[in-house]
Amino acid sequence: MRCLADTAPRMTDQPKISPEASSDGWEVAGHRFTSRLIVGTGKYKDFAQNAAAVEASGAQIVTVAVRRVNISDPTQPVLMDFIDPRKITYLPNTAGCFTAEDAIRTLRLAREAGGWDLVKLEVLGEARTLYPDMRETLKATEVLANEGFKPMVYCVDDPIAARQLEEAGAVAIMPLGAPIGSGLGIQNKVTIRLIVEGATVPVLVDAGVGTASEAAEAMELGCDGVLMNTAIAEAKDPIRMARAMKYGVIAGREAYLAGRMGRRKYADPSSPLAGLI
Amino acid sequence: MSTPISITVNGESRRSQASTIADLVRELSLKPEKVAVEHNGVIAPRSTLEDVPLADGDVLEIVTFVGGG
Repeated sequence: MRCLADTAPRMTDQPKISPEASSDGWEVAGHRFTSRLIVGTGKYKDFAQNAAAVEASGAQIVTVAVRRVNISDPTQPVLMDFIDPRKITYLPNTAGCFTAEDAIRTLRLAREAGGWDLVKLEVLGEARTLYPDMRETLKATEVLANEGFKPMVYCVDDPIAARQLEEAGAVAIMPLGAPIGSGLGIQNKVTIRLIVEGATVPVLVDAGVGTASEAAEAMELGCDGVLMNTAIAEAKDPIRMARAMKYGVIAGREAYLAGRMGRRKYADPSSPLAGLI
Repeated sequence: MSTPISITVNGESRRSQASTIADLVRELSLKPEKVAVEHNGVIAPRSTLEDVPLADGDVLEIVTFVGGG
């Protein structure tokens, strides 16, 4: 049992990780990555555009969905022909699952299809908001962790729920910034910051980011990474936006580690007052 | 050739000559290394696909990775 003292609040301007960690990436469940941007593979015009966007984003992890194969036309091109799972880590998701049972079943199949234990769990509560159902999410996290999975878990932006997920075996906490596919940006910076401060596993904002400044904002809050799909796929130029997101994440991370200046209520001149003519 | 059996694959019923899951995957022109199979509600590990016999009335789900967020 963790006690509150473990998660004592700290000043927002104090980086969680030492500066030297900035250059060598982050780690989740024993896997090390240098890119802090995870991108989805849905909604693209075609596989070629998707692959080009992944390349431009610099992402080393992509999320993928698990679906029935096309039996009527098995010659159709498939994602794996364009994005090589030996070079880019496939993170199978449970998008579209509304119960723990469905999500667990999906990930058991995913593990068999790909051989990966690292998975993204999301159990949705309703179609209109795609808001996570935390009771089912917690249940599924526990079962999956007991079966040897390493679940990275999409969740509400609630520091208590985040702690419960960690206790249940989540290897990463992935709170929403805003509803999936909304592009509304991070709605509650306070709760994201509280989750970051309390977590001992990586925290990634998953969903809601619409543009590069919002990706930077997530990183400035101290998140270990950002996961997005629609912001890139639905940009007018997805490849250019993928690049923008890469830089946004890097800029935000650097700014977080640098430690922002304090806020003043009034002006403070940058040029010396002495020697004025 | 054995007598065809009636099975359900991804929600559709079909007749098949396959005697094992691996036979069925080949019959459907799928690549075994790119799919995962659930056989009557239980995952069929890839290493056992050649050995698992199919019977009349079996229900199979064959899945792969597609684009998603």
